[in-house]
Amino acid sequence: MSPRVRTVVLFAGLAGLAALYLCALHGLPGFGHYRGPYGDVINAAGVAERHVTDMVTAVNFDYRALDTLGEEFILFVSAAGVAVVLRRGREERERETAGGGEEDADEARGRRPPRTSDAVRMVSLLMVAPVVLLGIYIAAHGQLSPGGGFQGGVILATALLLVYLAGSYRRMRRIGPVTLVELAEALGAGGFVLVGLAGVLSGAAFLADVLPLGTTGTLLSGGTITLISALIGLEVGASVVLIATEFLEQALEIRGAERHR
Amino acid sequence: MTAVQDVALVLVALVGTLVVLSRQPARQAVMVSLYGLVLSVLFFAVAAPDVALSSLVVGAVALPLMILLTLAKVRRSEE
Repeated sequence: MSPRVRTVVLFAGLAGLAALYLCALHGLPGFGHYRGPYGDVINAAGVAERHVTDMVTAVNFDYRALDTLGEEFILFVSAAGVAVVLRRGREERERETAGGGEEDADEARGRRPPRTSDAVRMVSLLMVAPVVLLGIYIAAHGQLSPGGGFQGGVILATALLLVYLAGSYRRMRRIGPVTLVELAEALGAGGFVLVGLAGVLSGAAFLADVLPLGTTGTLLSGGTITLISALIGLEVGASVVLIATEFLEQALEIRGAERHR
Repeated sequence: MTAVQDVALVLVALVGTLVVLSRQPARQAVMVSLYGLVLSVLFFAVAAPDVALSSLVVGAVALPLMILLTLAKVRRSEE
């Protein structure tokens, strides 16, 4: 196919796409006019049925919790995949840890990484505690207000990365050792499945609510919704920390074999 | 549509274009972060605060972080 023919085919296709796109746009409901019945049904029944005030959380962690389970395992498998791909190769070796100072040494000999400025260290240090608080708040209030385990988990993970910015990679590893992070990740992922199986054991469907629903509007309302949200927070936070740790280890700790031949 | 929604939509289009136009990976990662922020403002403006929070933590924090960490690794290997 000559370039000229190719261009003609491209623009014919684009014109067709544009026509269909405009046609579809014309058929859309007006801006802000929701048509489907499903959202209205959830909005009408959700508070009474599940004792939660955030319907998005109710859908994510109860009505369509099975979808969330699948999504959670996408993240779980991704973190495991990163850990496998970035594992220490046979020719690579870790920087000698004996007498390892607080400073992160560069792998290139005789060159230190650029020093983190005092301003960055200071601001990061000041932000650690508020970020932890915000993360816990967002993760714990998913059943009441926007947020939930997923968002809270990522925020909590960034708190640990602030420790890296304010201090050093080694200090970050000391606060969140890989074993502990992996344990938290497994606990979050496995706990979700166990909560689902508890529903089966109680004689109902998988992921059916087995806990008391509590008073609407209080922190401990929502039954398994709140529990699953907390487990998701654990899993997501640990996954993000694990992925970041693997990358940081690659960037800071591993000496490539090729430079030491 | 309210004025806030209009402004947010225009900003998303603008920052999205800037992401595509920035050719330097590190700079592009920062622009992606800004894009996540603007996108979450748009979601908030159209009354989807849950999605806004997700977009904020993933688009503005997690994704740029992964890109920057990968860049750090790649640069060290190239030296």
